[in-house]
Amino acid sequence: MNHVISRRRMLGALGSALGWIASQPVAHAAKAAVQNLLASSHAPKGYDPTKHKWLMCIDVDRCIGCGLCVDACKAENHVPEASSFFRTWIERYIIKTPEPGGNEVRGEVLVDSPNGGRNGFPPSTVPREEILKSFFVPKLCNLCEHSPCAQACPVGATFDSPDGAVLVDSNYCIGCGFCIQACPYGCRFLNPETKTAEKCSLCYHRITRGLRPACVEVCPTQARIFGDLKNPVENDPVQEFVRKNKVFTLKPHLGTEPRVLYANIDKEVR
Amino acid sequence: MDPALTPVLQAAGEAHHLATSIEGYVYPNEQNLLWSVLIVVYPYITGLVAGAFIMASLVRVFNVKALTPVYRLALLTALAFLVCAPLPLLFHLGHPERSYQVMITPHTSSPMAMFGFVYAWYMMAVLLLELWCEYRHDLVVWSERERGLKGALYRVITLGVRDISPAALHLDERLSKIITVIGIPSAFLLHGYVGFIFGSIKANPWWGNVLMPVIFIFSAMASGMALCVVLYKELCWFRRKAVDDACLDEMGKFLFYALLVDFTVEGLDWLHRLYAAEESISVLKQLAEGRLFNTLLVIQLCLGTLLPLLALGATQILPGRIPVWFRQRIYYNSAFLILVGVLAMRWNVVIGGQLFSKSLRGFATFKMGLAGQEGWLLSVGLIFLPFVVLGVLVWLFLPEPPSGPEAKETVAAPVAN
Repeated sequence: MNHVISRRRMLGALGSALGWIASQPVAHAAKAAVQNLLASSHAPKGYDPTKHKWLMCIDVDRCIGCGLCVDACKAENHVPEASSFFRTWIERYIIKTPEPGGNEVRGEVLVDSPNGGRNGFPPSTVPREEILKSFFVPKLCNLCEHSPCAQACPVGATFDSPDGAVLVDSNYCIGCGFCIQACPYGCRFLNPETKTAEKCSLCYHRITRGLRPACVEVCPTQARIFGDLKNPVENDPVQEFVRKNKVFTLKPHLGTEPRVLYANIDKEVR
Repeated sequence: MDPALTPVLQAAGEAHHLATSIEGYVYPNEQNLLWSVLIVVYPYITGLVAGAFIMASLVRVFNVKALTPVYRLALLTALAFLVCAPLPLLFHLGHPERSYQVMITPHTSSPMAMFGFVYAWYMMAVLLLELWCEYRHDLVVWSERERGLKGALYRVITLGVRDISPAALHLDERLSKIITVIGIPSAFLLHGYVGFIFGSIKANPWWGNVLMPVIFIFSAMASGMALCVVLYKELCWFRRKAVDDACLDEMGKFLFYALLVDFTVEGLDWLHRLYAAEESISVLKQLAEGRLFNTLLVIQLCLGTLLPLLALGATQILPGRIPVWFRQRIYYNSAFLILVGVLAMRWNVVIGGQLFSKSLRGFATFKMGLAGQEGWLLSVGLIFLPFVVLGVLVWLFLPEPPSGPEAKETVAAPVAN
């Protein structure tokens, strides 16, 4: 049997491989151009999503659970008023002290988010001496690099924008709810008025015009840090956040590679 | 009252309602269940299609002659349920008028986008083609005999092919066999795909499971075969005809083995979950012991699986000792229990998978209304609609064989007689 690979075949294979590699940027640019043209994303004309890569950092130690971010998000994005629809919300974690002499290093974990934390949090019913520690965790779309929601959408109404935002084209969404089931973080809901899937868009209509998302804008403690990886500024807060903190993501075992980075969260946070 | 207060009061009322139905912590967007009973009905109906087709293929491909009396009934059952299968999906969509987008701009990474193609393939390339080959000779005969609208319908369905020479019929026979051979993996694909829709959701530990498509396939086989048993008995009763004992015994045998494999695979799933004991096991155990106790442990496991397994098992182990009339009752009642059990299984998967939070810290409650898009009435209607369609199909394509000398002229059609 003749297993000799001819030079012609070898060159052909190499040429194909190089061609494939060279075609990738073109393919990505074409995809971005098509999305720019066809998808309704509320971005202004002239905005080029390939020139940005947005991400969000959350410093849990800074969050005071005031709920201004939730309120601002509801107002900015016309999120339904009901207490079961949120693009962003705040969770309060209360970790109780363990039973004395027991095997546990920490006690029961209580989590709540009354009205998404929009009106702040009422005083805890757990007596102060029984609380080992307590903290607030703001939640929003995790901007997954491998977004299961975009993967699941049967018509491509949910899509990964090249700038990192995961967007929903509500004019194209058929309202099947598959993306809502596929999101591991509970960040999506079916808008009862439009009957389409909805989620945090990073206030796409704002960030594409040089503004910050509403939740970041109103946060009084700068617990939410927003940035653009492709256009770092001087003393970039995102770079500083990553340098200074041990950074975590939610549910890393699912392989979604979120681009919402958390600092100072505890192992109980899911 | 100040009108500005109305939304606030509404929100407060809703918050109170949600607070009473939530246990522990669930993400705020998870408080209302998204997929309701329509999505329970959809895999149930699709499963019945796949199972009924597999029952028919036993005759055509595996040459199980004893099942010949039920062959056509099984095929027509598959068709009647397949026609109705997309309806629950369509009704549950937020924008049903946009559903065509799944066909014209399918997102290839989405299993749900494949629905239209899998459905069209199964409907056009498998079921209708097989039925046409199977019925072609009869259609030609009937179209000559029948007058009026019915005759015209038969003439149209012949598609103008009126050759019923032995050579043409032989070709039909061969074609039919080839289509059935293609049809078996297609039936597996149809329902395995439905299982994959759930199994591919890694966000949900109750669904995201490699065994899910396999579980769906075998539960579909059990439910489809059970439906054939029930329909065959009912049709015989309706037509005052004696039941073919050998046929029913054979159906009972295959029903038993399908249920046994289904039980084994589902048992393996639980065994693996309990042994691997991943992060979610605690919440899943609470789910099974709490909110799903009745539908999972009582209806699905005990009534829908173990009881029919024991009863059908007895007919296999002690065939001679159980009188025929009692065996028939066992088959019928077991089949009925299996149908209820598989419906409960679909409920447990679809509703159960949404009763616990993806935070793994709490549970929601499902309250279903009577009317409306996701209510009882529509769902019950959608479950019964295929039976109405089947009634029409049986009237058209499974006529009672005429008695007397005329009978010899009719085709030796394998009908429920």
